[in-house]
Amino acid sequence: MRTIHGMTATATSARSDLSELGRSETALRTFLHGLPGVDQVGAEQRAAQLGTRSIKTTAKAQAIDLAIRMVDLTTLEGADTPGKVRALATKALRPDPADPSCPHVGAVCVYPSMVPYVAEVLRGSGVHLASVATAFPSGQAPLEVKLADTRAAVAAGADEIDMVINRGAFLAGRYQEVYDEIVATKEACGDAHLKVILETGELATYDNVRRASWLAMLAGGDFIKTSTGKVPVAATPPVTLVMLEAVRDFRAATGRQVGVKPAGGIKTSKDAIKYLVMVNETVGPDWLDPDWFRFGASSLLNDLLMQRTKLTTGVYSGPDYFTLD
Amino acid sequence: MSERVAVRKTYKLFIGGKFPRSESGRSYIVQDSNVVLASRKDARDAVVAARAAVKGWAGATAYNRGQILYRVAEMLEGRREQFIALGVPAAEVDAAIDRWVWYAGWSDKLPQVYGGANPVAGPYFNLSAPEPTGVVAVVAPEAPALLGLVSVIAPAIVTGNTVVVAASPAQPLPAVALAEVLATSDLPGGVVNLLTGRITETVPTLAAHMDVNAIDLTGVSDAELAAELEVKAAENLKRVLRPAAADHDWFADPGVGRMTVLLETKTVWHPKGV
Amino acid sequence: MFEYAPAPESRSVVDIKPSYGLFVDGRFVDPVDGGSFKSINPASEEVLAEVAEAGSEDVDRAVRAARKAYEKVWGPMPGRDRAKYLFRIARLIQERSRELAVLESLDNGKPIKESRDVDVPLVAAHFFYYAGWADKLNHAGFGPAPQPLGVAAQVIPWNFPLLMLAWKIAPALAAGNTVVLKPAETTPLTALLFAEICQQADLPAGVVNIVTGAGGTGRTLVEHPGVDKVAFTGSTEVGKAIARAVAGTRKKLTLELGGKAANIVFDDAPVDQAVEGIVNGIFFNQGHVCCAGSRLLVQESVADRVLESLKRRMAQLRVGDPLDKNTDIGAINSAAQLERIRELSEAGAAEGAERWSPACELPERGFWFAPTIFTGVTQAHRIAREEIFGPVLSVLTFRTPAEAVEKANNTPYGLSAGIWTDKGSRILWLADRLRAGVVWANTFNKFDPTSPFGGYKESGYGREGGRHGLEAYLNV
Repeated sequence: MRTIHGMTATATSARSDLSELGRSETALRTFLHGLPGVDQVGAEQRAAQLGTRSIKTTAKAQAIDLAIRMVDLTTLEGADTPGKVRALATKALRPDPADPSCPHVGAVCVYPSMVPYVAEVLRGSGVHLASVATAFPSGQAPLEVKLADTRAAVAAGADEIDMVINRGAFLAGRYQEVYDEIVATKEACGDAHLKVILETGELATYDNVRRASWLAMLAGGDFIKTSTGKVPVAATPPVTLVMLEAVRDFRAATGRQVGVKPAGGIKTSKDAIKYLVMVNETVGPDWLDPDWFRFGASSLLNDLLMQRTKLTTGVYSGPDYFTLD
Repeated sequence: MSERVAVRKTYKLFIGGKFPRSESGRSYIVQDSNVVLASRKDARDAVVAARAAVKGWAGATAYNRGQILYRVAEMLEGRREQFIALGVPAAEVDAAIDRWVWYAGWSDKLPQVYGGANPVAGPYFNLSAPEPTGVVAVVAPEAPALLGLVSVIAPAIVTGNTVVVAASPAQPLPAVALAEVLATSDLPGGVVNLLTGRITETVPTLAAHMDVNAIDLTGVSDAELAAELEVKAAENLKRVLRPAAADHDWFADPGVGRMTVLLETKTVWHPKGV
Repeated sequence: MFEYAPAPESRSVVDIKPSYGLFVDGRFVDPVDGGSFKSINPASEEVLAEVAEAGSEDVDRAVRAARKAYEKVWGPMPGRDRAKYLFRIARLIQERSRELAVLESLDNGKPIKESRDVDVPLVAAHFFYYAGWADKLNHAGFGPAPQPLGVAAQVIPWNFPLLMLAWKIAPALAAGNTVVLKPAETTPLTALLFAEICQQADLPAGVVNIVTGAGGTGRTLVEHPGVDKVAFTGSTEVGKAIARAVAGTRKKLTLELGGKAANIVFDDAPVDQAVEGIVNGIFFNQGHVCCAGSRLLVQESVADRVLESLKRRMAQLRVGDPLDKNTDIGAINSAAQLERIRELSEAGAAEGAERWSPACELPERGFWFAPTIFTGVTQAHRIAREEIFGPVLSVLTFRTPAEAVEKANNTPYGLSAGIWTDKGSRILWLADRLRAGVVWANTFNKFDPTSPFGGYKESGYGREGGRHGLEAYLNV
């Protein structure tokens, strides 16, 4: 039987020490399966409802600048080259060359081999450098290889690592294996922040999303991230809602705050603002900061810039006026 | 040799599966027999018995209720001559037996005919099903005494209601005899409770009683009294079945209306998701 | 902080006339023996329009117009043609939905997101649904040729003015009846706009008549000897008075009355959705909902945690301008209703229950009440027994499923109930035992034209919606 026990605690409740859970498969399973269920229809309705908020004028301007600061400007293509990623990094620093008041993005996210080129551009800028690692996107490599991948990215200058969980092990119920991999990767990260990609599109149910979120947090992840962008279903509002509820409850239970990163499929300012509303009304202002919420996206940035220009000039812009890097 | 002295029957009330006398100790004479003149207290006792029986009867399976109603028909068939001896025409006795059979079959069909899935515009399972309303007070028609009585009791109880019936004051003997049939038909005590005596004495108590869910005024021929009873019934919003037309044909196909008016429809929603 | 800027819906989409007459026999007419009253915006106390108050002569004219239309036009008309008029009306409602939503929010005080996303779409859907029945009555399961009743007198409340109109008029017309409808005196305007839609649809004169007024007008209407059917949605007290008024007549009566629904949350509930359901259950439409989940029954073992989540969620509710698209809780419909909510809330506090509301700033003008919960409530408290009809939730606890059922059923009402648990067999066990006409399991306050709605016990009788809803308007 599922029980809420030990779960929906908030800041006023006693904090629990959950660090022992990772020592046994049984303890992990008992805990994860004891989390309250998620009713799919209810969760989707709540997410849709939040999507009907009307964010206008000053609120919209504020939201757009915040969203720009939260973008993990991403390119993860086999065809990526030093030239391509340098251009992207340059854009990250000054997204709108015509407007110096436009903030820089949160991070640039690339493959490990591209990290050195991006690091050159970003050095000292305050823009973070994220690298996917652990045999992204499938994660289907020996652990040693995945850890070496991670160490290499960090050594090359990445201060954020986006790892993938072992979905096969998760779906097969081998929670300990997933947990141990995250712990090992976290260790390999050193001082770099670890974002744990759940690949929610492959987890199939919100119950699994909630369990995987908790598993990643218990194992030490600094961020939980929805998707690689490489499977058909990427970030969705209800998946992000369930993950936000998880970080909210995790902080209440342990005192540790974990960030959330929806990635993939977020293309318009309107979409981004819906996510910000969701953050605002689910976990509150503590997470309305690039340190705690990111968008994994590429084309989103240009739409944010176009909307930003519209708000400042009153004129609708066009794609020709924004860089395509 | 002297002729054998017959054992005469004492006609009593039928409450909670037992045959008590009135707490008032009163009776009146019909067809040379003493018949109990039920009091307001007897009416209240009958409601208590009917309420106590609701849980078990409404909770019984439809199959079980159907079998018990069919058992009533079997028992009535066996006592056919007894009713004829009381003056009930043979055709009426036969029709009354057949009516039990007809209603018996409805127990596990009405919920299918009267309920079902509703195709709501959303990801929900949505099902409506009828449920018994609870305790029903019934004023049986004055005539035909047996067929009329069966025609008001059977539709009320087949769906799981329990009843307190005021029998025809002019012809109570078939009613009391029917109670004897019911008492030997596996019908749980309290499902049918029978009061004999004056309508004006017992029925206003039932109409005003806050633990009665519905009232069937079929047998109330006095329009003014019927209106008064309906006003009393409004106090807790009893479901009301108004008096039958004077020329009502009790032998005709009764339809489902007498059952459905004593039912509540419950609709249950549940999301469909993974 | 992320402050949402005001996002008001434009009120210029609706053209409110300074005064309205009665809608009788296809035309707007001045009252013969009535007076007038003002309809105000409860969010600002501004007068929206002057509305005619029908006297007994006016009601009589409306009933006679309905009778004539029933006998000469609507009764004899083939079902397929009645259907087409209803489909037309459904379409016009869709086309004018923005106008209707804004007017509803202005006159009623409900948030525009509800009138826009819930009320008006359901209104159109209801007409669309019943339109399709008009030529299929022979197949509705009421025998081979069910007949309409004649003239229906319909009296509706102020909480869902247009939706209740749809629930009344659509099935009545589909079944072949004509109607005289009296909207509530605080919310007559969308019914009058609906009258314009009837004209626009070329609905034959007299099929729909709207007589505005207060309780007296309603009483005159239901007591009129020329009506064959009375349908009422409103308080149980008035419902009983109507049941007495029609006693001894042949008028068929259906009543949709009050409620005090239990919303039952078990320890294995999908808790985030349950909290949403609790909020939706009691704060939807300011709690002006007969089926509101006004009694939260929460399993004692998780009560503290559920309440913490609930309070956190309540702190996100935005109370204010009904026309702002981000408003979650609008204005209380009238000064009188606000007074009743205050009185009962004060009784709750006086009886020892603990009162809590999130910090929220209420506008100065208009009628407002902050979302409120009472904890430590027992079955004996007035706030656990009486319908408050406002944004006030009474929280009780239980230990076992049997105790939950006992407490849930321990009320003279029986309109709705909620169940929150992940265990399927428990849902079905409870659903069987709850004496309520609508049981929402792992959801709440869902409505659909195909789904029968109505109460047990003192919540009334008869069903609205679905095939069952036709029965109220047929001689079966």
